[in-house]
Amino acid sequence: MEWFDNFWAIYSNLVLTVGTNVLLALSIYLTLSCGMLAMANAAFMGIGAYTASILTMNYEVSFPVALLGGMAAPMVVAFIIGKPTLRLSGVYLAMATLGFGEVVRVVVLNTESWTGGALGLNGIPQLTEWWHIALAVVLALAVLYRLRRSKVGRAFEAIKEDETAAGLMGIDVANTKMLAFVLGALLAGLAGALNAHLTFFIGPNEYGFDRGVEILTMTILGGIGSLAGPVAGAVILTLLPEVLRGFADFRLVINGVILVLIVLFLPKGIWDPSLVRTWFRRRSA
Amino acid sequence: MLEQQLVNALSLGCVYALFALGFTLVFGVLGVINLSHGAVFMVGAYVALQLVSQFEVPLWAAVIAAALGSGIVGMLIDVLILKRLRKRNAPHLIPMIATIGVAIALNSGMQGIYGAANMRFPAGLVPDDAIEIAGLHMTVIELVIIFLSFALMAALMVVMKRTQLGRALRAIAESPKAASLLGINVEGLFLLTSFVAAALGGVAGVLIGLYSNAVFPLMGQPMLHKGIAVIILGGMGDIRGAMIGGLFLGFAEVLSVAYVGSTMRDAVAFGLLFLILLVRPQGLFGKVLERKA
Repeated sequence: MEWFDNFWAIYSNLVLTVGTNVLLALSIYLTLSCGMLAMANAAFMGIGAYTASILTMNYEVSFPVALLGGMAAPMVVAFIIGKPTLRLSGVYLAMATLGFGEVVRVVVLNTESWTGGALGLNGIPQLTEWWHIALAVVLALAVLYRLRRSKVGRAFEAIKEDETAAGLMGIDVANTKMLAFVLGALLAGLAGALNAHLTFFIGPNEYGFDRGVEILTMTILGGIGSLAGPVAGAVILTLLPEVLRGFADFRLVINGVILVLIVLFLPKGIWDPSLVRTWFRRRSA
Repeated sequence: MLEQQLVNALSLGCVYALFALGFTLVFGVLGVINLSHGAVFMVGAYVALQLVSQFEVPLWAAVIAAALGSGIVGMLIDVLILKRLRKRNAPHLIPMIATIGVAIALNSGMQGIYGAANMRFPAGLVPDDAIEIAGLHMTVIELVIIFLSFALMAALMVVMKRTQLGRALRAIAESPKAASLLGINVEGLFLLTSFVAAALGGVAGVLIGLYSNAVFPLMGQPMLHKGIAVIILGGMGDIRGAMIGGLFLGFAEVLSVAYVGSTMRDAVAFGLLFLILLVRPQGLFGKVLERKA
């Protein structure tokens, strides 16, 4: 097992980042699967990260309690802003939620005594173990898998296809959307809380516009047809810059080009079961 | 000093409007949220900077070269990427994601070539002493930006409203399929729009590089974020709205820095946007398409 110890010493952070990114991709998948392009996930991640870190650093609560706090805070915030924002749709919803993210960033910057302002929070205890993240990912996948096949999941699907028709069928559109939004916030907050206790340091700029776009990109490129899509997208997009390290200064150029190529040549995202099936059929024939 | 603040707000607002014009044009005609507009803007600034500082080209020629350079990049993005996605009828988020890839590639490519450091136009390229008009101070570049943004907006509006070309573009915005049945060269006009929008972005890049005296690979990103706020405020795809949204944002930011505090500046754009969307979900000038059961 020596090779594994070596591997783990070098890459454990990367592997665990893959895990938190999977959680984030699943969080935006939840709202997308209900037909909402809400991009507040980066902000919810930040709220979760700050809440949990402040809890462990200033109030010395145990880790599970901090994690619960990191999930509860973004849920409450999501509930409050969800009421007015979820009336919006399409690009306008995306922009309003991105706008909310900027507001969160500035609030963090201006509450220095709590959040450390622009300097961020330093010296967060490293309490996250690898199995915490693994467990969180497995649980999230299990719950979402179950959810897809439940009445609520089918309501999500119906709203995604046609909101008006879903309403006429007797689905409580407003509350169902709110549920998806709040659950998404929970997942993002959990990812943030776990990530904060892994990286030792958090700062306000980690949860801004670019992170929001990155989360969306992972999920869309992965494919939103199934749960495997966001997972594949998160794994590949997190590993890609590392794999391309050999290109030094130009690795992000290749990264960008690969994003474009995926969009151009994999219309259904990275995870496309029909593509895999045709490929295998062609080989066996 | 309220008057001086208002003048500053006017020039900042025109800076935003100048950037937003090309951005909104692409959305209006192609229906794509082009997140590579910030990178195209940056390319324009670098083209002009290199010509001016390496080859001592006069500024006016460098501006034209920047417009051409950015315009060609815009056309390439359309031909190589957006055109294929249109052919495939990709859902509207997909082209946006593709332009994110383009932006990453261009931004980090420029960083690889010139490094992340801040570069400047040579001193004295534009006279930088302020002109005093009725007790208010303005620099030459501010005057140019204000004049040019209004002139370009007017020109674009005249073209869109009064000419055959504009009618064709509006027909495409309504329905590309119907437009092509009417004998309009839809693909050609998409290409032209991409060129013009990117060229406008390139010119904006040079002027804003001069205005803030800073040219760096990521200079387009903050502008892009503000630009998104501007076109949503003004109503997506609306040329007059881009101008009004830009001015609105400029005034809100300058006044909030003056009377609230400079740390709030970045929250103003999106905070306002957030509030306005709650009251008017379609933006200040957008039209609603509502379907009720």
